[in-house]
Amino acid sequence: MRFSMSLFSSIGKKLFMGLSGLMLSGFIVVHLLGNLALLNPDRDPFNKYAHFLTHGLGNAIYVAEFLLAAIFIIHIVYAVAVTWGNWMARPVGYAKVTNAGGTSRKSIASTTMIYGGVLIAIFTVMHLYHFKFGEVIMYTTKDGQQIRDLYAVVYQFFGNIWNTVFYIVVMLILGFHLSHGVWSAFQSLGLNGRRFTPFIQGFGYVFAVIMGVGFIGLPFYIYFLTGGAQ
Amino acid sequence: MEKKNITIYVKVWRQEDANTKGRFQTYTVEDVNPDMSFLEMLDVLNENLIKNDDIPIEFDNDCREGICGMCGVVINGTAHGPKSGTTTCEVRMRQFKDGQTILVEPWRARPFPVIKDLVVDRTAFDRIMSKGGYISVRTGGVPEARSILVPKENADQAMDMAACIGCGACVAACPNASAALFVGAKVSHLGLLPQGRPEAKRRVDRMVVQMDEEGFGACSNHGECEAVCPKEISITAIARMRREFLKAAVG
Ligand code: HEM
Ligand code: FES
Repeated sequence: MRFSMSLFSSIGKKLFMGLSGLMLSGFIVVHLLGNLALLNPDRDPFNKYAHFLTHGLGNAIYVAEFLLAAIFIIHIVYAVAVTWGNWMARPVGYAKVTNAGGTSRKSIASTTMIYGGVLIAIFTVMHLYHFKFGEVIMYTTKDGQQIRDLYAVVYQFFGNIWNTVFYIVVMLILGFHLSHGVWSAFQSLGLNGRRFTPFIQGFGYVFAVIMGVGFIGLPFYIYFLTGGAQ
Repeated sequence: MEKKNITIYVKVWRQEDANTKGRFQTYTVEDVNPDMSFLEMLDVLNENLIKNDDIPIEFDNDCREGICGMCGVVINGTAHGPKSGTTTCEVRMRQFKDGQTILVEPWRARPFPVIKDLVVDRTAFDRIMSKGGYISVRTGGVPEARSILVPKENADQAMDMAACIGCGACVAACPNASAALFVGAKVSHLGLLPQGRPEAKRRVDRMVVQMDEEGFGACSNHGECEAVCPKEISITAIARMRREFLKAAVG
């Protein structure tokens, strides 16, 4: 087979899904770390970090944004293509399906990847609209810089119970996505071993819980502990 | 102690041929000896049907001892029935309760069209095999033991992979109707041994292309295949196939 064709085989598609999924997982780790600054009652560090990302990196930020968008789109396009192919492979379904149990890793998460994924995709568009392209409030930091007060936008946003609930639900779904996704990605890359696979499955679960709890924690903290807009 | 005979209700898929719509029909089988095999119970049911001038239920089977891979059906939602590591012909009626209704369905996958009742056409597997599930040269008689060295671990793993009987339960149980475990087992079995290495790249390449062409789904790593496989072949086979495929793609 030609190399270019092998990328569109059932195995090649899953290779791209796995790689893009792991890269997105790497991105959300950095994103979560950045969010920690929102727990600081002083708004300057978070706002300065946000300002650094948008203004302090020159054109590199556009390259990074483009790459991230491309990875996200690759993941989504292949997700839809793979899932569609899988649905087409069984035109007549079973009257009854009993999970085999035993060594099977089939779970609610593994069977709902596309639904959770589509929700995450819709969420991502809304998320960019809420914050990146949201209201621009300028303020002066303690050391006299005139920059955007993204901190205020976030606290205002999570002063609303429905915004808070919506974010919490989607982040729960992201946790589910990762609980199957992380180990699955390694298996898709052909990385399987007697010692490695149990490890990466455990790691995947822990990672999913940390990401889920981490991203749920912030809106939860803002709404329930600080009461939102201050 | 004499075991009490039981009554079983069999709700089974009836379909005249590939082009006719099928439906479920329920039959009562009385006086089932719990020590009978599941297939013997179907034999009894078929004898009754023939006596009543009805058309017997068509199902595949041959060896009835778990080695030929012909007999697969889905019993109560699980390929080859509830017990793991066994084929349909190894299912015994003592696994069911008196008065229980047993749901029997054929394998369901686009590449496995129903021919009649519970019989499906599995020649898609043969076409995949014809693309490289073999070694092209005659390897002759048993060679001198030390002429080709095979690590013990490879020999063991190759044997585990060679246990595949091509029954199709992996496809039947997979939520995506993927044939990854079957092809993975074949690719691994031959790829782990020195005699299989020279053709390894060509083999995985052509077998995967054929697998995709037949219309099987992709592998989402659910692992249902491993859990229903009568030979308990591990999904490490699938990872190995992927590695071999990538090696073939880049090299
Ligand atoms: C932050 C966002 C996301 C992360 C971190 C992520 C991560 C992952 C990972 C690591 C995998 C495992 C890949 C594999 O099995 O090889 C995966 C699978 C999957 N993802 Fe995502 N994903 C994200 C967003 C999305 C979106 C937006 C969709 C959209 C439609 C999606 C749909 C899927 C599907 C359907 C699978 C399973 C593919 C299969 O059946 O094998 N994901 N994801
Ligand atoms: S009839 Fe041969 S394996 Fe069941």
